[in-house]
Amino acid sequence: MHRLIHHIQSIGQKTIGFCIAFGRANLFILSIIFAWPGFKLGARLLVKQLYSVGVLSLIIIVVSGGFVGMVLGLQGYTTLIKFGAEQALGPMISLALVRELGPVMSALLFAGRAGSALTAEIGLMRATEQLSGMEMMAVDPITRVIAPRFWAGVISLPLLAILFSAVGVWGGTLVGVNWLGVDEGAFWGNMQSAVDWHEDVWNGIIKSFVFGILVTWLAVFHGYYATPTSEGVSLATTRTVVQSSLVVLAMDFVLTALMFGELG
Amino acid sequence: MNHQRIIWIEFTVGVFMLVAFLSAIFLALRVSGLVTMVGSETYQIRARFDNIGGLKVRSPVNIAGVTVGRVSDIQFDAKTFDAVVSMEIDNQYKILPSDTSASILTSGLLGEKYINLEPGASETTLGSGGEIEATQSALILENLIGKFLTRGKEGD
Amino acid sequence: MDMTEPLIITEGLQFKRGDRMIFDGVDLEIPRGKITAIMGPSGSGKTTLLKIIGGELKPWKGEVIVEGKNVHRLKRRELLNLRQKMGILFQSGALFTDLSVFDNVAFPLREHTRLPEILIRDLVLMKLEAVGLRGARDLMPRELSGGMARRVALARAIALDPQFVLYDEPFTGQDPISMGVLIKLIRLLNETLGLTSIIVSHDVLETASIAHKIYVLAEGKVVSGGSPEALQKSTSPELQQFLKGMPDGPVPFHYPARPFVEELMLDTQRSVIPMF
Repeated sequence: MHRLIHHIQSIGQKTIGFCIAFGRANLFILSIIFAWPGFKLGARLLVKQLYSVGVLSLIIIVVSGGFVGMVLGLQGYTTLIKFGAEQALGPMISLALVRELGPVMSALLFAGRAGSALTAEIGLMRATEQLSGMEMMAVDPITRVIAPRFWAGVISLPLLAILFSAVGVWGGTLVGVNWLGVDEGAFWGNMQSAVDWHEDVWNGIIKSFVFGILVTWLAVFHGYYATPTSEGVSLATTRTVVQSSLVVLAMDFVLTALMFGELG
Repeated sequence: MNHQRIIWIEFTVGVFMLVAFLSAIFLALRVSGLVTMVGSETYQIRARFDNIGGLKVRSPVNIAGVTVGRVSDIQFDAKTFDAVVSMEIDNQYKILPSDTSASILTSGLLGEKYINLEPGASETTLGSGGEIEATQSALILENLIGKFLTRGKEGD
Repeated sequence: MDMTEPLIITEGLQFKRGDRMIFDGVDLEIPRGKITAIMGPSGSGKTTLLKIIGGELKPWKGEVIVEGKNVHRLKRRELLNLRQKMGILFQSGALFTDLSVFDNVAFPLREHTRLPEILIRDLVLMKLEAVGLRGARDLMPRELSGGMARRVALARAIALDPQFVLYDEPFTGQDPISMGVLIKLIRLLNETLGLTSIIVSHDVLETASIAHKIYVLAEGKVVSGGSPEALQKSTSPELQQFLKGMPDGPVPFHYPARPFVEELMLDTQRSVIPMF
């Protein structure tokens, strides 16, 4: 009986803890949105962060996109050829990439590559008193450190997702058309008639924009509120990656149901 | 941070933006074929069908196998109990004769539905907002099988 | 401005962390243009005190008055203005790791003034010259030794010519030479610029050698305050234990616990092996 009460109490404790963290995260993102360090300085800081968040993620995105597209081409071909429907390869590859794999895979890779780096960097700045130092020099760390990183992430992820899809389609074409010999005209023609700019491509971009907000938000939040020890920073980094991945996958289901599904 | 590094960062960020922009153009033109919709003006014609089967908005409209437009709207007419299908046809094909006929066909055995236009021989052309008189509804596989079975029984 | 009036006054300061009372009624008076040291054993909340004075932490009760203004009643804008008049030297230095030495020192100037870059350059070099590191301006913080990093942080703290500087444990973990350099610098800044300095430290000898006034904190209270000479003569047992570095005395060697024997007899089945 005593143990049961203890368990219920710990559930309550966790719920309260979650509510506090959630409220704090919301206040945090509000203060980020209203903090902008002015046009010139902001642009300079933003470019620097676009480099460390976006440019440094390019290689992993391009390589993964290429291989995912090639695998799709290979797998799609071996399945479709059984039904004599290999001309549907183009639509299959492009729809899979543009609607799902582009936004989701790039968000997961982004969480691992850029999200974890952001959390670790901000957490270490907290641990080495750089954020306190800034605060005591009458400079707001949210304006100066957090906001540029947040916006860089929000801008970068949709661009990376577009790149992922484009490289993926190229990889699929390489395997399907150049190696396996699917007719080039049918491949592109069917793709173009199946894929709609607004319905498929644009919705995919909206998805990755939402993922960009979520992943970067989690990353800067966990970094900013990390316990200032080596253990605390490593815990915060792990949390960023795990929570971003789960949130991205769950949110993908919701968005897919709203955009493409019959559920809405 | 020294000057050279700033230039490098600005340069690579510029490249990143450019590459992403080109990818977006690639997705727009090569993958989704946006060019056929944006690049040219269209005009609208309508056709009435008893049954449209699985025709959808955005389904292609073909003449002789060439896509010349897309279905833009599908409405149900409560007075005549017909389906009214509106199509956006590319302006460069504004030469369709007024006795053109439309039928709903299937690409392949189980593929997508599309509208096939069969140009007639009339001198007058079907202008913007024109309506196609001669239409043939979609072939519904279940009905076909049903007919085949009942005919088989009559033969007994 | 009345030079005899204290720059900073704290009254009845109380601060709690969790259930632990860190300060229980701390009253301090920091005189203008002097070096004041706040000393006490580790864990007596010296760094917390600096953060309260800087307005980063809010006291539970009591007030901090800097130049006649209550720090914790100021609006955000006024607080930022006040902070431009103070420099703070963190224990770790807190240099921005992605900026060079030069950019670190230039940071507050670029942030709070609209001076042309050429003038900023001169000012930065002047401050770096003062701490003897003009030659290290292009190094990154990771390339500096601990003592150098602290000197750069000092140059940054005085970049805006503040009225007072808070030093958080400036001597901890320094070799004798850099300790000597820091002592010389702090004294020099005080003498030449008339800078009010507040040093938080537990290094008795070094601090006593430069301070004009010393407060000793223990158990959340001010144990004594006065000139270094007066302190040496004091007969207070807490003070003597601290100044002479005796392991046991009024400040106990042991963290509060149950009697050892009692603890050995109990709880044997409940011991938990920590996992690493």
